[in-house]
Amino acid sequence: MRIAGRGLVDRGASVGFRFDGREHVGFAGDTLASALLAGGTRLLGRSFKYHRPRGVMTAGSEEPNALVTVGQGAASIPNVRATMQEIFPGLDAKSQNRWPSLGFDAMQVNDLLSPFFSAGFYYKTFMWPRAFWERLYEPAIRRAAGLGALSGKHNEDAYEKAFAFCDLLVIGSGPAGLMAALTAARAGADVILAEEDARMGGRLLAETEEVGGKPGHAWASEVLAELGAMANVRLMTRTTVTGAYDGGTFGALERVGLHLANAPADLPRECFWRIVARRAILASGAHERQIAFPMNDRPGIMTAGAVRAYLNRWGVAAGRRVAIFGNNDDAHRTARDLVSAGVEVAALIDVRDDAPQPAGYRLIAGGQVTGTRGRLGLREITVATSSGEERIEVDCLAVSGGWNPALHLACHMNGRPAWDETIAAFVPKPGMVPGLTACGAAAGTMTTAAALAEGRRAAEAALSDLGVAAKAVDLPQAENGGTRIRAFWEVTEGKGRAWLDFANDVTTKDVRLAAQENYRSVEHMKRYTTQGMAPDQGKNSNIAALAVLADATGRGIPETGTTTFRPPYVPVSIAAMGAGGQGAGFAPQRYTTSHAASAERGAPMIEAGLWYRPSYFPRPGETTWREACDREVMAVRQSVGVCDVSTLGKIDIQGKDAARFLDLVYTNTFSSLPVGRVRYGLMLREDGLVLDDGTTARLGDDHYLTTTTTAAAGLVMRHLEFVHQAHCPDWDVRMISVTEHWAQFAIAGPKARDLLNSMLLAPLDDGAFPFMGCGEIEIRGVPARLFRISFSGEAGYEIAVPARFGEGLFRDLVARAESMGGAAYGMEALNVLRIEKGFITHAEIHGRTTAFDIGLQGMVSKKKDCIGKAASERPGLSGAQREQLVGLRPVQPAKGFGAGSHLFNKDAKAVSANDQGYVTSVCWSPTLKTHLGLAFLKDGRARHGETVRLVDHLRGTDILCEVVNPVFFDPEGGRARG
Amino acid sequence: MARLIEKTPCEALLPVTCGALTLSEVVGDRVTSVAPFRGQTTKLAAALKKLGLGWPGPNSALAAEGAAIVWTGRDQAFLIGAEAESLVGLAALTDQSDGWARLRLAGPGAADVLARLVPLDLRGFAPGQAARSQLGHMMMVLTMPESGVFEIMVFRSMAATAVQEIHHAMRAMAARAAV
Repeated sequence: MRIAGRGLVDRGASVGFRFDGREHVGFAGDTLASALLAGGTRLLGRSFKYHRPRGVMTAGSEEPNALVTVGQGAASIPNVRATMQEIFPGLDAKSQNRWPSLGFDAMQVNDLLSPFFSAGFYYKTFMWPRAFWERLYEPAIRRAAGLGALSGKHNEDAYEKAFAFCDLLVIGSGPAGLMAALTAARAGADVILAEEDARMGGRLLAETEEVGGKPGHAWASEVLAELGAMANVRLMTRTTVTGAYDGGTFGALERVGLHLANAPADLPRECFWRIVARRAILASGAHERQIAFPMNDRPGIMTAGAVRAYLNRWGVAAGRRVAIFGNNDDAHRTARDLVSAGVEVAALIDVRDDAPQPAGYRLIAGGQVTGTRGRLGLREITVATSSGEERIEVDCLAVSGGWNPALHLACHMNGRPAWDETIAAFVPKPGMVPGLTACGAAAGTMTTAAALAEGRRAAEAALSDLGVAAKAVDLPQAENGGTRIRAFWEVTEGKGRAWLDFANDVTTKDVRLAAQENYRSVEHMKRYTTQGMAPDQGKNSNIAALAVLADATGRGIPETGTTTFRPPYVPVSIAAMGAGGQGAGFAPQRYTTSHAASAERGAPMIEAGLWYRPSYFPRPGETTWREACDREVMAVRQSVGVCDVSTLGKIDIQGKDAARFLDLVYTNTFSSLPVGRVRYGLMLREDGLVLDDGTTARLGDDHYLTTTTTAAAGLVMRHLEFVHQAHCPDWDVRMISVTEHWAQFAIAGPKARDLLNSMLLAPLDDGAFPFMGCGEIEIRGVPARLFRISFSGEAGYEIAVPARFGEGLFRDLVARAESMGGAAYGMEALNVLRIEKGFITHAEIHGRTTAFDIGLQGMVSKKKDCIGKAASERPGLSGAQREQLVGLRPVQPAKGFGAGSHLFNKDAKAVSANDQGYVTSVCWSPTLKTHLGLAFLKDGRARHGETVRLVDHLRGTDILCEVVNPVFFDPEGGRARG
Repeated sequence: MARLIEKTPCEALLPVTCGALTLSEVVGDRVTSVAPFRGQTTKLAAALKKLGLGWPGPNSALAAEGAAIVWTGRDQAFLIGAEAESLVGLAALTDQSDGWARLRLAGPGAADVLARLVPLDLRGFAPGQAARSQLGHMMMVLTMPESGVFEIMVFRSMAATAVQEIHHAMRAMAARAAV
């Protein structure tokens, strides 16, 4: 219920929202949890395994119970903590893990069967019959498991990633964090203050203690006003620092648009930050612990600090009649605050016999809660003392088992924390993350005055490290009470299960069972019971579970140790981490200068590396890609075709040692290449296998232009750079990519020369451009380069112009070709033409083939060394046992087959023991009117004329093929030289 | 004789504005890569001084009247605006004029827009500095020709992606400012 005159919410701004289909009203500043509690709704969810009714337990991101789904359709988000979701007009939230309704959940039958669902039950059951595992058990368990569900729809929302840099990152904006930020900011350092909550101030917003003579939240507001006006300060609210990484790098998740009704479409929902800080201060506070006692998981059982927060920050009494159960002085603050607000406090049950005597409420010293009642919401507790048992009617039980410093970030680089007896909790050790210092409650310093002092001191130390002079910052007056605690982890009297991990439904019985079955290490106990593996990642259960395990194995808590803390500190949506990578954003798109013209002609695109290249150019009336492809192939063979080949890598290599360098990286010799000529070359990797093939042109004495295959251009460039830098750094050679500067087009076919001449002022001098010649020409008034080379086996040229003229040249060439009876051709036709000629691509030089395999062993010069030569001569890389490049013609020409098919001797069984080789490239040849394939076959060059069996086990092909010379068409090569 | 028609890398894509921020194309300059041959660094630096420039050290850029030279890597720089004839024989020269899209981002908050795409610390990035880094997943050259104005060079073929991603970041920042 709402308490008048309490809380920091704006009572003038009411906000309507829906939960499980019912309308509710709250105030601006409410979370879903505070607004529902204000209206008396205590039941918010059903637990993971047993489907027990659950309610809000905390007031922060560590909430284990109140996980809801927010939003609808593709925009819905599961497992949102009701304690973190700010309400906004039109917010639509639903409870999870229940059917048909929250009030009646059919799966609560699991609770009755709980003896069968103890820790590790799935390792001991569902074993028989074997067939049932895949068909029945696994699907059923999968359906029953899980908290929340994805919509299954494609997410169209905007997410963002960003980078930030600062001198000091302060994590947390409570008293310690605010003092640290203020101290560093006044000294002029660049400060980022990150706060997970929507509003800065930390626990100052939740408590009634004064700081500097005024309410804590008022003091915080003054400090924030000063910080907000400083240009060297970046205040980041709604930003959780999720991980500590190397080099002062921190990951952080900012909730940008999840609290707004009608957020603009361009506003990202979340932003994942990478923050690089020279120094960092961890002022993340502490989490309150529960105590394990029988039936301690009912709606209405909360942490004592959360009950105070709901009262003081949101003006909400979590119950009408409240009891408090604790082992420390801090629990008494809840009783005092409730009493002062006029809320009935039935009793404070303190396990310590010497608990401080209060004024204004009943104290049961030396008592323990041994049971509770109220299935859909707490209505009664049972308290036991040395003098007996009593039942008390309450609708809210505020529990405090102590406070755990939120030290997770400090442990992200595998450091282990130290046990502090005085607060019965783990604290971080200095230096666990280089450059990161913990202070305040995060370091185990539990009073406000000490937290303020530590924050200032930590900032001064950071400033000193950074070489920045600190300016004076006064410490405000604040409480310095200290708090006594008696370590107390579980109530052993009473009947019923006692929960440790609320989110994964793990009880003290489960931890004892794990120890009994010899899972005695904390790492094993965690995985066997799943304690600590839920969305709250053990924030509410780690220490208590550790204590139970320690007790069960006869050790102390420090020796039992902690598990590893890993990023992220809170769940992070993959959409945020992958922001910008949705759909086409995954990779840059590279377009050629002819792209628009190709797209206009309806050419579908394929991706080669990042480049988009046209597959074929459909003409009106053509219904299949084959029709277009066949036509384009015949256009090249009979008339002239035009193809954009700009995407192939072009590497400009210059210098007195350029020739020598090419001789080193190529197997054959390039120093002997005359100026104005082009030569085909083969490049090996250092392990002797083929890296790439291509042509290199000599443009001048000390000037070469090397081409590479499209997708491997970057790889070859890197290889050349490595060879230069690592093997011959003193050589006078310089290289740079010019792929992008030149647009390059192939014109191929019997009419190619005519097409070219129609573009020139005077017909081309054939003497100046023999086959494999190159040089500069002028085309349509533009300085260009001409190469007389052919990948199609027809007479052909490649014309290169500066890319600004690329589109214009392509359109002109295609128009002329078409008027000559030819056509533009795409990648499908390009592939058919080169297969007909037995020319290899990276389908054949796929990284596991040698020069010998592809029949080019003669290209490895005997007169010189080259990269990879020695390794290529290792035994086993040549010889009859090698799979060698051959051509395949199906015995029945119309029978097609796919790349990846395997080859067997004609009468052999088609099993892997009999494997003779595999097919790499296939096509239908309109020129030869048969299907063709290129393949690798054991001792293939000696088996021309043999018939082999080709089997594709995936596609169901089983045919006979003749092994032939891979150059199927024009084996003399006269057409290209013509 | 009629010449072939020319297109710039960002033709039809730019300029775009978003609030006070503008993304526009820089066109017209010749861009030449310069990589000194062995033993020629002194002569090359002298020849560049005659153009009003000099040899830029790593991460730096020099500017003169209508010309600039930008460090782009180990033993490599881009000469922009000036002709490179006086450098022939002293360095490997290639024409890069058509290989790059040159984008200019100007207006308050430009650095915050780039913070969505560039992993560099841009606090204090000033005229006279140059960086090779990433723009999203693209490789880029970053300079600041005048205070507060960024020039981003990416491969010509990636111009559309670069414009799209920068424009998207501009709109996202404007949306933040609006709430």
